Amino acid sequence: MSDVTELNPQPTPGFGPGSTDTVVRAAATPDHPQPYQELGMNDEEYGRVRDILGRRPTAAELAIYSVMWSEHCSYKSSKIYLRQFGEKAPKTDALLVGMGENAGVVDVGQGWAVTFKVESHNHPSFVEPYQGAATGVGGIVRDIISMGARPVAVMDSLRLGAADAPDTRRVLPGVVSGIGGYGNSLGLPNIGGETVFDPCYQDNPLVNALCVGVLRHEDIHRASASGTGNKVILYGAYTGPDGIGGASVLASATFDEESQAKRPSVQVGDPFMEKLLIECSLELFQAGLVEGIQDLGAAGVSCATTELAAGGSGGMAVRLDAVPLRDPSLLPEEILMSESQERMMAVVTPENVAAFMAVCAKYEVPATVIGEVTDSGRLVMTWHGDVIVDLPPRTAAHDGPVYQRPVAVPPDQAALQADSPVRLPRPSNRDELRKTVLWLAGSPNLASKEWVTSQYDRYVLGNTVLAQPENAGVIRLDDESGLGVALALDGNGRYTRLDPYAGAQLALSEAYRNVAATGAQPLAVTNCLNFGSPEDPGVMWQFARATEGLADACLLLGIPVTGGNVSFYNQTGDTPINPTPVVGVLGVHQDVRRRTAMAFAAEGHKLVLLGTTYEEFGGSEWAHVLYGHLGGLPPQVNLPAEAALASVLVTAAQESLLSGAHDISDGGLSQALVEASLRGGLGVRVALQGDPFIELFAESVARAVVAVRPEAEARFVDICTQAGVPFTTIGVVGGDSYTVDGAFSIPLHELREAHTRTLPALMEL
Amino acid sequence: MARVGVITFPGSLDDTDARRAVRIAGGEPVALWHASTSLEGVDAVVLPGGFSYGDYLRAGAIARFAPLMAELIPAAQAGLPVLGICNGFQVLAEAHLLPGALMPNAGGHFVCRDQRLRVENARTAWTSDYAEGQEIVIPLKNMDGRYTASAETIAELEAEGRIIARYMDVNPNGSLNDIAGVTNEAGNVVGLMPHPEHAVESLTGPTTDGLGFFTSIVKGLINV
Repeated sequence: MSDVTELNPQPTPGFGPGSTDTVVRAAATPDHPQPYQELGMNDEEYGRVRDILGRRPTAAELAIYSVMWSEHCSYKSSKIYLRQFGEKAPKTDALLVGMGENAGVVDVGQGWAVTFKVESHNHPSFVEPYQGAATGVGGIVRDIISMGARPVAVMDSLRLGAADAPDTRRVLPGVVSGIGGYGNSLGLPNIGGETVFDPCYQDNPLVNALCVGVLRHEDIHRASASGTGNKVILYGAYTGPDGIGGASVLASATFDEESQAKRPSVQVGDPFMEKLLIECSLELFQAGLVEGIQDLGAAGVSCATTELAAGGSGGMAVRLDAVPLRDPSLLPEEILMSESQERMMAVVTPENVAAFMAVCAKYEVPATVIGEVTDSGRLVMTWHGDVIVDLPPRTAAHDGPVYQRPVAVPPDQAALQADSPVRLPRPSNRDELRKTVLWLAGSPNLASKEWVTSQYDRYVLGNTVLAQPENAGVIRLDDESGLGVALALDGNGRYTRLDPYAGAQLALSEAYRNVAATGAQPLAVTNCLNFGSPEDPGVMWQFARATEGLADACLLLGIPVTGGNVSFYNQTGDTPINPTPVVGVLGVHQDVRRRTAMAFAAEGHKLVLLGTTYEEFGGSEWAHVLYGHLGGLPPQVNLPAEAALASVLVTAAQESLLSGAHDISDGGLSQALVEASLRGGLGVRVALQGDPFIELFAESVARAVVAVRPEAEARFVDICTQAGVPFTTIGVVGGDSYTVDGAFSIPLHELREAHTRTLPALMEL
Repeated sequence: MARVGVITFPGSLDDTDARRAVRIAGGEPVALWHASTSLEGVDAVVLPGGFSYGDYLRAGAIARFAPLMAELIPAAQAGLPVLGICNGFQVLAEAHLLPGALMPNAGGHFVCRDQRLRVENARTAWTSDYAEGQEIVIPLKNMDGRYTASAETIAELEAEGRIIARYMDVNPNGSLNDIAGVTNEAGNVVGLMPHPEHAVESLTGPTTDGLGFFTSIVKGLINV
């Protein structure tokens, strides 16, 4: 480790030319001022670092602690609530790897396992929509690779400001191009998601990306560095000055404004390198060359080294000057904080290093030994021979601060819940009902999202059985047996604003119902919790209630949370976004050939409404679209009814009783009929008992509308009866219009026009 | 059994799909690596879709110089059947095995849709299992799919019947004369922008209309 003479050691600000802030110097200069507040640390946290180290931290150590103890990496405000997902986890044998790793791993049978996770990239996507969204996809894909899995599909949940707001026309096209530009270039089908508009996301769009990967049970890999003498290899892209806003604070003594302006705060993605990284990593795993693996995401080298070391036998020596750089002027603390994309870190036995390098060379992926595993129990980093980091890795990776932030019911909560939509005028005649159907079908949140999804490749890999706009995405895992998985991603910020406990449960209920509608047995949950500032007691109350609701519901439905992500500080101006837990549910198909699609495409098949409809309009699309109203209470959660409905839908699919099924959620029965009818290209004729307005537009839970094969009607009635699911025959598939007897008839072409023109008209100028 | 090679370049994405399509059509797929210098004695070659080298320079412009292309180009000129799909079509155009060029889509977006095509020439090595004028629906997905060539070249292609398929209903990318695919003079080299390998199973494709490209070659090779 002495071939460093050709490089000039870089100076550290504050110590004059040629000097580096070494551990020795830190011990000798206890009173040297440090910019910990600018790095987001408070006095107490900084004091704790000094206590841990028994001296002041070096600049490099301060970089590591500040990023690892940030809200983003440490979950310091959310940790006490996230524990519930483990404590209340239902008993299950399906979980092979639980929360805490890069992503949870679920047993789906036949020796196959699936890993899936959703993560936010909200703030970068507002600053730079294309790269923000693109690198969001890149990051979640690397999480999946680092479990040893082959990524097989992506999904995304998008929330933007009002559809007609000028900035939405900047953000949405950029985000969609970014997700497409990155995901399409990786060869991962995009199989579903959401696009939702609401003014509360105006200056704070939500971009949540999900990736699912597949592996054999025996191929699971962990983030741990064990085996003294094993080598630490950094492979993938070179390190550059990407996303190191924090590090420029550290270096501010030497940077004028102009040079800081050159540093992009949003990382730039290289999907081609990521594709090479996928294939290279999978070949490395296959050849058994990897002892431990960690992707580099937020906090880059800081995170990867401290987490690998903390997860293993506890010691690591790193030569930071060995990190290959895109910009040779980077300071050590900048290297530690860089968020350059498309990088991975592996722990490899010395005898396997040559073989490891050969695989990387085959894929033209740069790889560099930067250190080794030690038995010292400490993470030690050198910079051209000087020790600049010497710390216990667990203190950075796992033992960060934990806060119990103040919680308080938001002052307007009671008034909001009291403002019931009952006072809103309802359609009073046939013509107004007809218009309401068309308004809703063409409203931005309910309109066709084809403008978005046609920019994503849904076919690549050849295993996509169902993709958007279906109830859930369905992917085949095994050509022979037909084993497959279904995935749905849902959230509802309006419901959650009205009642955070119920809102989180309603998001879970909808995703669960969507997965079951395809005939898959729901198995596991991931989540992305998008909230305002945790320093706002009202937001913290929303967070506390939402996590409690989600954990309670997962226990009741018997499906564990396998992992997830928290995104705080989402606000437009001083106003927090509607609290938006986005929930992903994974289900299993024993044989995807028996899945149920959403289209009503079989003439003469009877339409059956499953579940019970109540007069529920709080937070509904109807109140939102027609009145911009948000008030009252969201629909009543009914988890036993959801489970019963799912059992009917799963059994009916296994026995091939249905020709189509669509869940009922936003926009009620009417919107479900519109979507399934347009998808199949056939009309529907229904007759409704009771108030047609309530029957058509209420958003009561645990409901679906299905088309039953004629020969299966008796058997289907049996199944519903046994499961205790209310069923009502409401009509028949056929014709070329959407007709409600005694109310209205709308030709499909008129419906299609209303449903499909909205987004192109808003986004294309 | 007909052995059909599928070349994987760095950034190829639809290579596994192309191999599956060959298998379903009754052929034996052979994975070929771009850095190799051997075509391993295959009877035909598919250049699959994807974004070779990220398409960062120009679609297909770097892959065209892969070591295996140095073997493929003379073999194709000597009559080896070669099908380039999407990025593969772009590589064949860059290699001058096919005339014309593929430019960024007129709409400026990546486009993924189930595309109706008319098979205009059923006499090539890759289309003989179709009927002339047959309408098929297969997925189209590309960023740079706008077929462009000089007016003389277009006239020549039209006159010689070398446009093998045309877009119907919608021209999704602004291709001249609705061109979705072309062939060389000998009819052994075919480039097609849409993806027949994604329409070989009713479970995963919009149709099974794409299978004909692969059964054409498999049957043709057996009959030789």
